[in-house]
Amino acid sequence: MSSGTEKDEVKDTTEEHSANSDDTSRPDSMSKDEAIKFYETKGLDLSPDVPTKPKPIPEFEKSMADKISSKFGDAIHIDYIRSDRIRVTTKRENIVDVAKFIRDELRYDHAESVSGVDYPDSREIEVVYHLGSYTDEKLGRQIFALATRVPREDIPNPGSDTTRMPSLRDVFYSVEFHERECFEMFGVYFEGHPDMRRLLLPEDWADIPPFRKDFKIKGR
Amino acid sequence: MLKELLNPDTAPHATNVLIGKLGDVLIRAVGKPFDMAINWGRIYSLWPVHLETACCSVEFGAASSPRYDVERFGIIEAFGSLRQCDLIVVMGTITRKMAPRLRMVYDQMPDPKYVIAMGACAITGGLYFDSYNVLPGIDGILPVDVYVPGCPPRPETLIQGCMLLQEKIKRMKAK
Amino acid sequence: MTTQLPPGMHLETVDDKIMTLNVGPQHPGSGHMRLIIKVDGDYIVSCDPDPGYVHRGEEKMAEYRNYIQNIPHLERPVIHDSSNILYPYCLGVEELLGIEVPERAKYIRVIAAELNRCVYILYWLAIYGIFLGHSTMFMWPAGDRELFIDLLEAMSGARVTHAYLVPGGVRNDLPSNFEERCLRQVAYFEKRLKEYEDIFYQNPLLKARTEGSGILSRTDAIRLGTTGSVLRASGVDFDVRKKEPYDVYENLDFQTVVMKEGDSYARSRIPYLEMFESCRIIKDALKKMPKSGSVRTKLKPNPKGGNDEVYRRVESGRGAIGYYIVSNNRPEPYRVKISVGSFRNLICMPYLLKGEKLGNMPAVYWGLNYWPVEADR
Repeated sequence: MSSGTEKDEVKDTTEEHSANSDDTSRPDSMSKDEAIKFYETKGLDLSPDVPTKPKPIPEFEKSMADKISSKFGDAIHIDYIRSDRIRVTTKRENIVDVAKFIRDELRYDHAESVSGVDYPDSREIEVVYHLGSYTDEKLGRQIFALATRVPREDIPNPGSDTTRMPSLRDVFYSVEFHERECFEMFGVYFEGHPDMRRLLLPEDWADIPPFRKDFKIKGR
Repeated sequence: MLKELLNPDTAPHATNVLIGKLGDVLIRAVGKPFDMAINWGRIYSLWPVHLETACCSVEFGAASSPRYDVERFGIIEAFGSLRQCDLIVVMGTITRKMAPRLRMVYDQMPDPKYVIAMGACAITGGLYFDSYNVLPGIDGILPVDVYVPGCPPRPETLIQGCMLLQEKIKRMKAK
Repeated sequence: MTTQLPPGMHLETVDDKIMTLNVGPQHPGSGHMRLIIKVDGDYIVSCDPDPGYVHRGEEKMAEYRNYIQNIPHLERPVIHDSSNILYPYCLGVEELLGIEVPERAKYIRVIAAELNRCVYILYWLAIYGIFLGHSTMFMWPAGDRELFIDLLEAMSGARVTHAYLVPGGVRNDLPSNFEERCLRQVAYFEKRLKEYEDIFYQNPLLKARTEGSGILSRTDAIRLGTTGSVLRASGVDFDVRKKEPYDVYENLDFQTVVMKEGDSYARSRIPYLEMFESCRIIKDALKKMPKSGSVRTKLKPNPKGGNDEVYRRVESGRGAIGYYIVSNNRPEPYRVKISVGSFRNLICMPYLLKGEKLGNMPAVYWGLNYWPVEADR
């Protein structure tokens, strides 16, 4: 019985504490409208809201996207076409064919970065290749984002679980170190990569791959 | 004491004690000036190991540039081998991968050796306090003599840190 | 007796001819970086770079801080080029949040970025001097660099960690007599740069050590996906400032410097020639800049990004820096990926050092414009 009352007391104090912290006039703890009012009274300009009008689809990028969709049809999905940026998602079985088409027909010749993005809710990891071109004058401004999704396991075992996809190293030589980084940070194993070793992490790293969302950094 | 010395039975033992005591007196009388002389020789020729761990090394480079010129205070620019050095300036973040190597570098240096922790990262982890791969300060692996705070410290701060170390060496017991 | 080794490990066999050398992780000059080099006599047989000694997990940390809190730690990878590494982040966040930057702020950003490029290249040159045992080349650039740092300090208030560029513009306006001071400094510096040519680049010793060593052909430079001065030294005319002009670079008058040789000498010379172009940009930007006006669009408290992603890049002292920012309707970014020039040029190292003399290793290594802290992030 006594323990129950103690618990209640503790709860009361925490509630009091949180109520007190709500009363402070810091702009962080205000609601949105209040904060805007607060800033207006201080004489500060506020940026306008995010513009809602849709931008027109640029023609050159549209023609590039049409080329690739006419070749692969349903196997790929065009996520967006913006000025200078195209993003295409494909299944991991097709990614080597799509990459070869991008290299040979669309004339993108190198990878700028390979990034993993972890989506624990849909149990998938997305791998995004950002491709650019040095040889084609028209493609100097363009970045082609080629994305694919690989399944994600709750208890990862990098290198010997189902989180794996074919490597693009034979298509774009420049992805070699980027894929090694993606392997150690997300646990995505790239099949066919000649040198799938650790790159940045310590040799004795025994935890799960650190860029996954369930790896929490201390104090957060 | 004198009685024991005259007694033939206890004389050899008492003589040893007397010599030992005289030695202590001598070290106290003469050792202090010697300490000063040895330390004086050390303080104006500190050779730092160039341990460019992270971004603070840019400011270390600036400190040996013509404008700040740390050499005029007797801290020589770091061009030597670490086996000839007696000062290690840890410039910035020490990661988990680097920590064993840092200790290895320290162990290879000859005695006496001094440590300066330069920058917030080397002192507490600094901006990277919540990073998964950064040590929260180097004092867990090395005995630090002088902490130079700042992110990164200005070259003047580094020079002041070096001069504080020289003050400290002056008062140290020479080994 | 045979010992059971864990999978993936193997004992090295002692061979009469081949010797393994560890260059680093502690070595004077650069930051932390280990090269595992196998040599046959004086010639390098293979090289295996082992970076990661300064891996601090910036990208993970960025997921726990909001868009404004991310500014200070994202500039730490290259503090002597801090404006340039923050530039794509600011551009990306502006695109995510839909913010317009005032015209004057765009010019100030360009000036800050170009001043910072000079600061970076001068530091790089100073260390290049040390690497080749040329002490004068350490002292001169390190001294001239301080004058640019003075200008940046007057602008931002900090010596190297400026945090001057913020999403929405710059942190504060220029000080009152900045324009005059900057022009005087640039005029002095252009005169001074010509002296570098005589003492360093026409030096027969430097030429003997760098000319013809570590040759990267144009095809290989493209195939390996190199960037920045390494790419332009191999004859590829690619500069993000020209190809995908951000802010006001399209209004400014400058050229890209391209050389065809592709050897260490060309790689050491391109950044030097780029400093002339930087001086031109600074002078031109000061002339065309609106003389008054707002310099910062204030953000809303705790701005949220929407369900979107963005990839923006700029040209830094070491090549293109790209930021890939994914947001998911939260004040913090969902994922930040920094694609840096140093990491992209790392792949050249085993390629170029194979068959090279061991004595040429420092010139090839530092000529790649590699800054380990940035590559490890």
